[in-house]
Amino acid sequence: MGFVQKTVIMNSSEVTRALTRIAHEIIEANKGTDGLVLLGIQRRGVPLAKLIAEAIRKVEGVDVPLGALDITFYRDDLSTIGPAPQVSSSEIGTDVTAKNVVLVDDVLYTGRTVRAALNEIMDWGRPSAVRLAVLIDRGHRELPIRPDFVGKNVPTSHREIIKVRVEEFDDVQEVVVGEVTAE
Amino acid sequence: MILKGKDLIGLEDLTREEILGILDTAEQFRAIFDRPVRKVPIMRGRTVVNLFFEPSTRTRISFELAENRLSADIVNFSAQTSSLKKGETLRDTAENIEAMKVDMIIMRHSSPGAAQYLADVLDCSVINAGDGAHEHPTQGLLDIMSMRQRLGDLAGRKVTIIGDIAHSRVARSNIYGLNRLGAEVTVCGPSTMVPGAVARLGAKVEFDLQKAVADADVLNVLRIQLERQSRKVFPSNREYHRMYGITEEVMRRTKPGCFVMHPGPMNRNVEISSEVADGPRQVILDQVTNGVAVRMAVIYLLGGGDPGKLGGAAA
Repeated sequence: MGFVQKTVIMNSSEVTRALTRIAHEIIEANKGTDGLVLLGIQRRGVPLAKLIAEAIRKVEGVDVPLGALDITFYRDDLSTIGPAPQVSSSEIGTDVTAKNVVLVDDVLYTGRTVRAALNEIMDWGRPSAVRLAVLIDRGHRELPIRPDFVGKNVPTSHREIIKVRVEEFDDVQEVVVGEVTAE
Repeated sequence: MILKGKDLIGLEDLTREEILGILDTAEQFRAIFDRPVRKVPIMRGRTVVNLFFEPSTRTRISFELAENRLSADIVNFSAQTSSLKKGETLRDTAENIEAMKVDMIIMRHSSPGAAQYLADVLDCSVINAGDGAHEHPTQGLLDIMSMRQRLGDLAGRKVTIIGDIAHSRVARSNIYGLNRLGAEVTVCGPSTMVPGAVARLGAKVEFDLQKAVADADVLNVLRIQLERQSRKVFPSNREYHRMYGITEEVMRRTKPGCFVMHPGPMNRNVEISSEVADGPRQVILDQVTNGVAVRMAVIYLLGGGDPGKLGGAAA
């Protein structure tokens, strides 16, 4: 299976602006930064959560606790995905009990990743609230899950693929739409 | 895909990449032990059978804990209470269990090759939990994991295995696995316990303990398996301790930083003195913790393989 890029739907400054707006919305919804914890979902949610935390620091002058969540062990498709996936680590680094957790991911699609992440968070403690921030919402939900903070809504077909590229892994910050090719 | 086969019979069959893949996955499982809930749901709805034809406490508990922490369903079977006493063959027993739709069988057996035989006749995954004097792959992996945590890359590191090499499946799994990772293995013990053929597996043979420990990074001290010996191979426990026991005296002759491992259960003051066993240079209980993580990794990696073989429905 190949990947053919069609268009760039967000360039670097558009991604930065969207994350800055999300940061503001998070602070507003939380009425400040008290009890706030950002958890990025591995892999690309983690650098995005970092960028949101930086934006929050610029506004409020506060470093909010930042963690990473690897949901591999909570997936519901072990027997259908075939190869056992490579596991990275969950590093929460803080007690989530009674905190306002904001989950951060790059693309919201079926909602199954978020379902797994919610289960994992509950094994770490009992937050007073969990909210969801995503850079891209591409629709096609299979579960009753909705985002609280969205960078951009992008209507897609199932055939399409959305790639979020971040400086940390890809040396470029952008969002592209492409399609799977047959070969 | 990290593991290519459906089974884990021995470290002889694994590549360097497969071993490192298991160890990396095990480190992630080990991190789960520090969480408030030490359990993940990934193997929910899968059934694992622990088929133990030989007495075992620690390996069986370790596998059971690993299965529990992966949320698998568990059936325990021990030979003492089974229809093997009524004359049923291994194959019939195993095929009957498989017919009850299980996903994986963990087997300990006294005959070398029993695990391979089972893997050949069954479609479900088989993990060898020790087959006679052949291999004990998860023990080898947990030993290597404990070494790697302290030494990093094992290439060029010197590991000395001391004791009853001839009867030891732990020694064989260690030698195969360590060789794959580029470590240099020396085996040491009385000549009655160290077959010359062990050199063919890729280990140096040294009968003089002082020489064997001098430049070692790790000493892996094996248990003297009194129950496995059909005839006496050394005069007395006391003499063995004097010649090959790991004591403070021996440890003083090792390099600084050299540490001691033991697969358990220990015969205190036979192969290892109590001072060393309780001292600052042993990592024995850490090995036990790693054992659960390594077994979780192997079960997870084999269980996540081919859905056709596992027959489990998608959630």
